[in-house]
Amino acid sequence: MAEAEESPGDPGTASPRPLVSLGSATKGTEGLSDISISQDIPVEGEITIPMRSRIREFDSSTLNESVRNTIMRDLKAVGKKFMHVLYPRKSNTLLRDWDLWGPLILCVTLALMLQRDSADSEKDGGPQFAEVFVIVWFGAVTITLNSKLLGGNISFFQSLCVLGYCILPLTVAMLICRLVLLADPGPVNFMVRLFVVIVMFAWSIVASTAFLADSQPPNRRALAVYPVFLFYFVISWMILTFTPQ
Amino acid sequence: MASADELTFHEFEEATNLLADTPDAATTSRSDQLTPQGHVAVAVGSGGSYGAEDEVEEESDKAAEQQQQQQPGFWTFSYYQSFFDVDTSQVLDRIKGSLLPRPGHNFVRHHLRNRPDLYGPFWICATLAFVLAVTGNLTLVLAQRRDPSIHYSPQFHKVTVAGISIYCYAWLVPLALWGFLRWRKGVQERMGPYTFLETVCIYGYSLFVFIPMVVLWLIPVPWLQWLFGALALGLSAAGLVFTLWPVVREDTRLVATVLLSVVVLLHALLAMGCKLYFFQSLPPENVAPPPQITSLPSNIALSPTLPQSLAPS
Repeated sequence: MAEAEESPGDPGTASPRPLVSLGSATKGTEGLSDISISQDIPVEGEITIPMRSRIREFDSSTLNESVRNTIMRDLKAVGKKFMHVLYPRKSNTLLRDWDLWGPLILCVTLALMLQRDSADSEKDGGPQFAEVFVIVWFGAVTITLNSKLLGGNISFFQSLCVLGYCILPLTVAMLICRLVLLADPGPVNFMVRLFVVIVMFAWSIVASTAFLADSQPPNRRALAVYPVFLFYFVISWMILTFTPQ
Repeated sequence: MASADELTFHEFEEATNLLADTPDAATTSRSDQLTPQGHVAVAVGSGGSYGAEDEVEEESDKAAEQQQQQQPGFWTFSYYQSFFDVDTSQVLDRIKGSLLPRPGHNFVRHHLRNRPDLYGPFWICATLAFVLAVTGNLTLVLAQRRDPSIHYSPQFHKVTVAGISIYCYAWLVPLALWGFLRWRKGVQERMGPYTFLETVCIYGYSLFVFIPMVVLWLIPVPWLQWLFGALALGLSAAGLVFTLWPVVREDTRLVATVLLSVVVLLHALLAMGCKLYFFQSLPPENVAPPPQITSLPSNIALSPTLPQSLAPS
């Protein structure tokens, strides 16, 4: 009891005993005062961090492995993320192991398919390769900045990764549209393309919202999701209005 | 003397009891309120003399000064985060306020409440630019359905034109207006001019009514298009005028009327320019190019049809 009142008064003592005595005074158990952890039970042994040796092994092995292994590992990671986009579930794979290879492949594919022919008129026509590229990447950066400024707790590259990967359904729609356009043009042709683009647009929105919506506080979720809607709408518009010359 | 000491000491205790009872209030308040409370709590533990209370007051004053000096600089991220400190409901409320202007109901004081945001102006301008380009293209699609000889093209360059013109209007005109109002500041005494951000907000939210107007312009009936245009322009310009009137009425009548008429005129020019550039009404009967600004793409569009007509002959 007396020890408890002394303890705040003498901050300079180096002995560990006042801590133990304070506990015994408040809890009233006499047995605790017999245990003095720092003095009676010696701490000895070895501390090994097994992860470190494993990481070292990993480093040396990636340096020595064949190029085929390196490329296949990255391609498998990209493919796995494609699967996560096509069947959106609440999983953290896209967010945790983000990479920008997938978005780059998708963006280049989309831009190559969307660009107008060089024989086409300069002023009137579809977007150039650079215009598609700029829209996709600057659109994604703007949406990410907007999300972060609104107070979301997602990192910059994670958000870019999610937005880029969720272009996959629209790239598939572009491929289908190009195939459909090989047939004769007409209203049926247009209806089929419209239906495909709308379905893939909805799929992109659902996939990206599944990953991005949780990072925002609930009273700002709509503010963060609306720019994503606008972004995929513009890309869908470019796909729908694509006319081969 | 002793009674005065006791009085102040009791108030102090009451305040700290309140703080202790409501820890939630402390955690949700802003950080600049938290620091003086923290100082108060620490001071209680060390004793309750009159001298300690003096120290607490000095510390809380110093803390308040430090908080004010620690406003984030414009190179930090949190400076810009303060402009996006809005909720969904607040943005929707501001949009509603811009759609329904009332004469005595100042947009800045009632809806912005001195907390302007950049989210609304930026994304309303982006939406308007893309909607303009998309609906402009859609009118070409609808015109082609009526008259298959019209050449359809995606006209992607219109996206660039729309974006640049809308953003320049929504950011440069408020800059000019703000500069002009600050220059005339000496004449007005009762009400200070709006800050730059509030002016940008006024213009940004006033552009919202153009979005449904542009969508309704898809209907290819000319007099209906002009009617919708006039309605939307009236709403939007009324909102601008009602918001600017309290600031401008202190000035001389000449300056006030000239300023307001210039604001309305610029707004009308924007609406007319959008109508004429993006919605050039192609006559459904003939293929003659309309004498508009964009006569060049019409000529290029016309040339593919000429070889087709020449080929059989």
